[in-house]
Amino acid sequence: MSVETTYPFDQQVITQLSQSLKEPDWLLADRLEALELATQLPLPKVEQTNISGWNFTNFKPYTEESPVQIDQLPDHVKSYLFDEKSGNLLVQKNSSVVFKQLADELAQKGIIFTDLTTASREHGDLVKKYLTQAVKKEEHRLAALNAALWTGGVFLYVPRNVEVEVPFQSLFWAAGENVGIHPHILIIADENSRVEFVANYVGDDLVSLNNSVIEVFVRQNAQVRVATINNMGKSAVEVIYRRALVDRDGKMEWIIGDLSEGRIISDNTSYLNGQGGTANVKAVALGVGKMRANITSNIHHFGTYTNSDIQARSVMKDEASSILNSITKIEKGASKSDGQQSGKVLMLNPKARGDANPILLIDENDVKAGHAASVGRIDPIQLYYLMSRGITKEQAEKLIIFGFLDQVISEIPSESLRQNIIHVIEGKFGA
Amino acid sequence: MSVPKLTIKDLHVAVEGKEILKGVNLEVKGGEIHAIMGPNGTGKSTLASALMGHPKYEVTSGTVTLDDQDLLEMAVDERARAGLFLAMQYPSEISGVTNSDFLRSAINAKRGEGNEISLMKFIRELDKKMELLEMDESFATRYLNEGFSGGEKKRNEILQMLMLQPRIAILDEIDSGLDIDALKVVAKGVNSMRSPEFGCLIITHYQRLLNYIKPDFVHVFMQGRIVKSGGPELAERLEAEGYDWVKEELGIEDEAANPTA
Ligand SMILES: Nc1ncnc2c1ncn2[C@@H]1O[C@H](COP(=O)(O)OP(=O)(O)OP(=O)(O)O)[C@@H](O)[C@H]1O
Ligand SMILES: [Mg+2]
Repeated sequence: MSVETTYPFDQQVITQLSQSLKEPDWLLADRLEALELATQLPLPKVEQTNISGWNFTNFKPYTEESPVQIDQLPDHVKSYLFDEKSGNLLVQKNSSVVFKQLADELAQKGIIFTDLTTASREHGDLVKKYLTQAVKKEEHRLAALNAALWTGGVFLYVPRNVEVEVPFQSLFWAAGENVGIHPHILIIADENSRVEFVANYVGDDLVSLNNSVIEVFVRQNAQVRVATINNMGKSAVEVIYRRALVDRDGKMEWIIGDLSEGRIISDNTSYLNGQGGTANVKAVALGVGKMRANITSNIHHFGTYTNSDIQARSVMKDEASSILNSITKIEKGASKSDGQQSGKVLMLNPKARGDANPILLIDENDVKAGHAASVGRIDPIQLYYLMSRGITKEQAEKLIIFGFLDQVISEIPSESLRQNIIHVIEGKFGA
Repeated sequence: MSVPKLTIKDLHVAVEGKEILKGVNLEVKGGEIHAIMGPNGTGKSTLASALMGHPKYEVTSGTVTLDDQDLLEMAVDERARAGLFLAMQYPSEISGVTNSDFLRSAINAKRGEGNEISLMKFIRELDKKMELLEMDESFATRYLNEGFSGGEKKRNEILQMLMLQPRIAILDEIDSGLDIDALKVVAKGVNSMRSPEFGCLIITHYQRLLNYIKPDFVHVFMQGRIVKSGGPELAERLEAEGYDWVKEELGIEDEAANPTA
């Protein structure tokens, strides 16, 4: 049974918008179909978190912005970007892409890096083939809403045998009363290619929604690393469904920093469809204030000789609470596969809450799998030890927290990214 | 720098509601080395922990001053910055925090904002002290005490002392678990600190350590207080004859050697 839901946007609004952006007809048809689904489908099932009261639908559906220069971005926003002069970069403010840049030599190699709307006009066949094929609009109401309402977005296509050294960066900046954004990122790494992509989501305390999707197609023997850093404000509901489909010998790596302060559904799911595929997840979360997070890392092993590793760490301050789900599913036939996971939560204050759910679902005998999970509070004896050397309580807590996160952060291969994550976390501890 | 003075007067301390220290009196001044010896479970570590401000130990009465400051009013980190150091019997392990990051944070906490030690100078100091203590340089980048052997932890406590240059140090069984070579190295570290600006209180079960660090005063600890004091010869007699003669002399009857065993 499903409940009819009504929204502050309708077929007419979506049709007008799509037409004004000169989107192809198939896309408008897709959007309208998704909108219809959104009114019928239930919310996703989220372990141990009741999301029925969360606001997914009350927001300003479209807030247009004019183009900007990078120098005009406020410092707290610009600080997420690195190598912004030479870099391949796309900035979206609210509903509009306000800046994009792709190095000439990369364009000449056949790389496509643009907003998704433009891509749908200029590379319609490619977009149509992949869009909403990893995160399907039929899955649940939130996926359908994103499919119906996305604006701006990113399309990244890396052709066969092309390897890119510098990461592609994107920044989704939401600002203003009741603003809601629906970013959609679509990445296709063709056979034997290699690419790295960073998505930053930044929002102020007035913003009410970030419902975003990332779809990644890792073709045979391709290597893709996607990093997301989320830092939305207190009032925002944030939904981020990331999904990778990994072909034979492909390698997918997720680096995830869930640092937003509102309510969060953060999901990364990788399907290891071909033989010899690999998926690694490094996820850190920091909760402050009344942050509520449900964070899931999910790996499905279908191919033989597939490998996965999930490393998730969550630190909860104040009254924050997080559920950390790590799911490793090894399907029948995925023999010689190896799935490892470790999820740990550290709580700093008596009112902070956390839970770690390690889930191993194994339908094949000839595999290796392992998990570690823990939930704990900061050890007062450790604090005492550090303080007995003159270190203040705040500083001692910080050392312990960064020590706890270090197993994940120190493994992040990009120095700039590592520094960004550390910088945002340090910011949450104030002066 | 002034000559430090730690003054303990009639100190009573309880753990989980049970009184452990029952009136400790002691004064440790710069230039002096004091040794405390006593049977297991008589409260020696309790004294050390209470002085440092361990959260489990509750001072029920008495006073402690460092110079003229009320030590008991201070938070643990303030005590340390005032110049107190405790080499712990069982140091904590802290994962993910390297020894050198930890030491630099501690040094900078004492020096204060705007006066941080330069990285070059820090590394130079650290190299020097680690060499003195014959520690492999890998210990600088290892996580704090994690996976250290008992002896390595003790050596690391002394490294911290040398880096932080406290004014009064309490060494709680710094010699336990050390082989003779390590013992000599640790003693060398402590002796390198000796000066009128440094006072030291050594808690030990073994006279052996005191062959290498000559104490000025030796105190016998029983039933939660100092029951007898003397010079280095007292340590030798305790080593040779045990504690029975002290008990007899003082009419102590029921001092259990292992009250919790
Ligand atoms: N945290 C604690 N919780 C409960 N009891 C404690 C605690 N700390 C100390 N005690 C008790 O206080 C008494 C004194 O302990 P303490 O560690 O001070 O002895 P000690 O003289 O240092 O002994 P040792 O020579 O074995 O190190 C013991 O009976 C011990 O069990
Ligand atoms: Mg002891």
